[in-house]
Amino acid sequence: MSGWKTCPKPLPGDWIVISAGLLLVVMLFLTLWHGEHAAKLRIRQGDTIYATLSLDQERTLDIHGPLGNTRIVIHQGRARFVSSPCRNQYCVHQGWLSRASQVAICLPNQISLELLGAKKSYDSLNY
Amino acid sequence: MQKNIIINTTADDHRIARLAALAIGLHIAEAIIPSPLPGVKPGIANIVTLYVLYRFDFATAAWVSLLRVFASSLLLGNFLSPTFVLSLAGALSSLFTLALGVKLPRRWFSPISLSILAAFAHIAGQLLVVRLWLIPHTGVAYLLPIFATAALLFGVINGLITTKLLADKRP
Repeated sequence: MSGWKTCPKPLPGDWIVISAGLLLVVMLFLTLWHGEHAAKLRIRQGDTIYATLSLDQERTLDIHGPLGNTRIVIHQGRARFVSSPCRNQYCVHQGWLSRASQVAICLPNQISLELLGAKKSYDSLNY
Repeated sequence: MQKNIIINTTADDHRIARLAALAIGLHIAEAIIPSPLPGVKPGIANIVTLYVLYRFDFATAAWVSLLRVFASSLLLGNFLSPTFVLSLAGALSSLFTLALGVKLPRRWFSPISLSILAAFAHIAGQLLVVRLWLIPHTGVAYLLPIFATAALLFGVINGLITTKLLADKRP
């Protein structure tokens, strides 16, 4: 063994690869973590879409599921489960959803929330 | 009357078996180390693959890498499970990249380059399988920057270690 005190020197091509890798990582962070602001909230109840609502409103909804009433609140461009009759309360603990494509699901009461980005919402709108 | 079955092995077979055993050992050791995020692992067994690629040839490296994937999964008890498929997908895409990357001029590109490229190919192959088969949801893209960062970091470290090992003249 020649010892670990001397560190091998990267060659010029290595620096190009390292730089390209760094650039790729930064690009990925910028494009995938910019947190697209959600425009709409889609609520599913059972196997049907219960409603697709704009997040640009203050609203409280009570939705009836197999176990009882689930309360959902839309507030300042965010949405969350406020109360649910389910046992483990995972949906409520999920807290506020604010970015596009975030999801909160209550399996026992068969209700789910999904935030839609501006782009996706145009695909699904029908007038 | 019982007949003894004799398999004739060559020196190459013995060498591949020895190197694969080393890779399997590293793979198992790494499997025991807990990771803060599932999937973010240093991939130290890839040092063996890269070392073999430079010291011997691509065919030997492919043998060692794939034997490592199969044997480790049998030892860890996840053969044919999603973990195994992910491991295999990562190994195959890495090997594909190494097959191309080894043609790069040695004067300019050391094993560090190949290590980084293989690490990126590894996560790309794995995330592709995750996206297409295990979690068909765009949310997977959210994890991509973390995996890419890990790939770059561990790619550089593993590449430095491999270069260091190759500089040692003993066969």
